[in-house]
Amino acid sequence: MSSVSLEVPPPVRRVFRDPPGDLAIWIFILAELLAFAVLFVLYGVARARHVELFNEMQLTLDRNAGALNAVLLITGSWCVARAVVAIKGDARVASARWLAAGILAGLGFLGVKLFEYDAKFAAGINLDTNLFYMFYLSLTFFHFMHVILGLLILVFVWHKTRQGGYSAADCHGMESGASYWHMVDLVWIVLFPLVYVLR
Amino acid sequence: MSAGLRTDAVWLVLLLGTAVTWWLGENGVAGTSTVPAILAIAGVKGILVIREFMALRGVKPAWQGTVIGWLCLVLLLNMAAYWKGI
Repeated sequence: MSSVSLEVPPPVRRVFRDPPGDLAIWIFILAELLAFAVLFVLYGVARARHVELFNEMQLTLDRNAGALNAVLLITGSWCVARAVVAIKGDARVASARWLAAGILAGLGFLGVKLFEYDAKFAAGINLDTNLFYMFYLSLTFFHFMHVILGLLILVFVWHKTRQGGYSAADCHGMESGASYWHMVDLVWIVLFPLVYVLR
Repeated sequence: MSAGLRTDAVWLVLLLGTAVTWWLGENGVAGTSTVPAILAIAGVKGILVIREFMALRGVKPAWQGTVIGWLCLVLLLNMAAYWKGI
């Protein structure tokens, strides 16, 4: 005769992970996000006080270039996410190739942005032109510098991946670099509609 | 769904969201009536990046909540500033 167990199974406790990569990079990311938040809110407040100026000046921006840059950063972020997936499968060559593709997308972003800046500077636009362009140039250049830093990190990670420095068991460094790069993408996801589209 | 396919699907959704945002701007309909939609698209895109690309899905809620909270706060404050400025 079989017996029926009346024991209540212990409740399943969901185990949460720590964020990927080093704790230090996440503190750095949160500090950067805070800095961008201040700039975004200041932009919103300034726009609220000068709606007509901001709407008029926004029409002088190259929205296609802004959208193309959004596509490039999203694609670069996807490539880097794919590189992390690849290294977790111990596919080092594929991981390095995905990283290289991410770096190319980032360089593409810089190229498009330089093209945009060149057109604006050629038209005599600078920080003193008006409040809109003060914000536009400050916000986008601050972000531009972050893209450059992100690219330097990615090049380092790509080189180390090619040297066999990461594996499925040890990809902490790559995850740290990837997290920073995704933060750069995240900021543009807010910046593009805010500065180029909303009116 | 494998991690790779999931990542690919997120990429396609992000591109679609960007295309819709660009279209709204290009066709001159990015005005008062579409502001919530444009900011909502940015919110969905941001959450996808945070959870899937930054891989914060499944991490301690405080981390995920802090970054998603940052995104929501920035978008909501700008929405408020937009309405105030109309």
